[in-house]
Amino acid sequence: EAPGAAPGSLRRSYTAGPLLPPSAEGSAGPGRARRVKGRAAPPRPGTETSPRAPPPVLGPGAEPKSCQTGKISTAEVAVQSHTSQDAGVQTDQSKDAARDFQQEVQVDYTRLLSFLQRVEDVVIKELNKNWKSHAFDGFEVNWTDQNETVSCLHTLSYPDAQDQNLQVTSVSWNATGSVVACSYGRLDDGDWGTEKSYVCTWNLDRRGLNPQRPDLVVDVPSSVMCLAFHPSQPSLIVGGLFSGEVVVWDTSRIEDPLILRTGMTDDTHTDPVYQVNWLPDAKHGNHFQLLSASTDGKILVWREERDGRLALAEGFALVAQQIPRSIQLKKLAWGEAAVGVTSLSFSHFDPRVFVVGVEGGYSLKCSTAAQTEALHRTGTSVPLRAPAELAFTPHGGPVYSVSCSPFHRNLFLSCGTDGHVHLHSMLQAQPLISLQLSKKYLFCVRWSPVRPLVFAAASGEGDVQLFDFEKSSQKPAVSIKQTTAESPVYCLEFNVKQTQLLAAGDATGTVKVWQLSSDFTEQGPREMNHLEQLASEVTD
Amino acid sequence: MLEETLKRIQAHKGVVGTIVVNAEGIPIRTTLDNSTTVQYAGLLHQLTMKARSTVRDIDPQNDLTFLRIRSKKHEIMVAPDKEYLLIVIQNPCE
Repeated sequence: EAPGAAPGSLRRSYTAGPLLPPSAEGSAGPGRARRVKGRAAPPRPGTETSPRAPPPVLGPGAEPKSCQTGKISTAEVAVQSHTSQDAGVQTDQSKDAARDFQQEVQVDYTRLLSFLQRVEDVVIKELNKNWKSHAFDGFEVNWTDQNETVSCLHTLSYPDAQDQNLQVTSVSWNATGSVVACSYGRLDDGDWGTEKSYVCTWNLDRRGLNPQRPDLVVDVPSSVMCLAFHPSQPSLIVGGLFSGEVVVWDTSRIEDPLILRTGMTDDTHTDPVYQVNWLPDAKHGNHFQLLSASTDGKILVWREERDGRLALAEGFALVAQQIPRSIQLKKLAWGEAAVGVTSLSFSHFDPRVFVVGVEGGYSLKCSTAAQTEALHRTGTSVPLRAPAELAFTPHGGPVYSVSCSPFHRNLFLSCGTDGHVHLHSMLQAQPLISLQLSKKYLFCVRWSPVRPLVFAAASGEGDVQLFDFEKSSQKPAVSIKQTTAESPVYCLEFNVKQTQLLAAGDATGTVKVWQLSSDFTEQGPREMNHLEQLASEVTD
Repeated sequence: MLEETLKRIQAHKGVVGTIVVNAEGIPIRTTLDNSTTVQYAGLLHQLTMKARSTVRDIDPQNDLTFLRIRSKKHEIMVAPDKEYLLIVIQNPCE
């Protein structure tokens, strides 16, 4: 490595000796002239006879000499030795490749055949035995320390938003599972439209995480009612605003994260947007469209335009006429308002099927393949279609949240102001199970992404309820107190990548990240069967 | 004949893959993809050798005849021999 130091010291001598123009280094004449000036310069002639001597030993006054020595291209030698090292790496790789089984191996086929014939019977016997054996049924090994209890890992908040008494309206995990985002807004108050609010993100895997200081704060001129991270691109967030606008932020652009917006046009929602989703674009493989649902009764699909605008691609409208008579709201005065969409969840099995929850208290099974035109809706650039196919028995008040099971194509959950969770099969109107989990409202319900029989619900009393059908079909397995003084919990999301994490946001402006105990993260052996049983308990 | 024997094993209920490995741990026949095969072959060859020496160290008159590994997802079976190993990976029963 010694020759390698030469270029460095050469450079250093240029900067240390500004008096010496680089052009002077070639001739010995100017070098000597300078030596007269440089008092500290020790033995000159010696260096001339051995120009390869490394310069660093010379004093600061020796610039001219160091230039001369530097000029000799010992540096190139160093570079060459570097390349020979590279060659060494390559031989290592080829050694590895030699292990690859595609390399020719001498095989004695007659002996191989006799080996296989010898072992075939015993192997087939064991295969049969194993296929029939129930010896390991229900047998589990505890290899790791079990998390016995649910504990709070982080309590995140943005003090500025809390000073404004803003509430956490929505939380979302990004594609990597490391970043949690929350939107601030207000759900309980009339005077909310003009107040500025925020979207905040925290990277929980970052060292020096400050729970009071988000990694990113986006100022938003209107209350943000909902948000969702892109399913595969970790920096993209879509948000739905109180004003009806849908916007997309790129968190990697610190200066101006806003990259896409619908703007306020005739197509924009006329009511707050309560749910936004990324929708895989069937026509273009990796592309995503955006879907927004609002209490104006419209479900709109947006596509990206060149100038940072989101343009309406297609749309759906829930129309009162489509709601079956049998369950139509008695208060007809409500009329239109009764079809305001508060929540939406896509089937994990059929990309066209989704369930919406509406203010009228019922859930509707819908399809993006619907062709019926929605009547009495004008003003949008694209004709809206009526997507509803089946209406389910209503709740006692508006539905706030729906969630389709990731493990069963027909099951979904709904919850609302009546404090009940309904477990529904998409095949029948009546719920399979109705559970009262709160004396107040239930704001959010989500299936676990890993345990088919587990879901979580956010309650008006400030609890996060973890429900496990394996343990009990009446009461929650665990009830976590998220807030004191009965402030409601508004939103929660499981982390799909780090499955032991659950984030929940509440009315005090706080997001808590909970670490779930092992029994909520490890699927049991008979769980899928149990879920199938639940789903097949269809009443006629 | 050789391929037919392997096909018969592979056709059994729940069988995910079949690999034949030589005495050096190098795969000779496989029904799995390249990287999975190389991984299974190398690791199970080592484990089988270790298991055999364990059995023989405990009782020099004894020897390993068959190795079954039960895991959460699979049952891995290894039929050993002085020249070859037959590895079969099977799903547990439903």
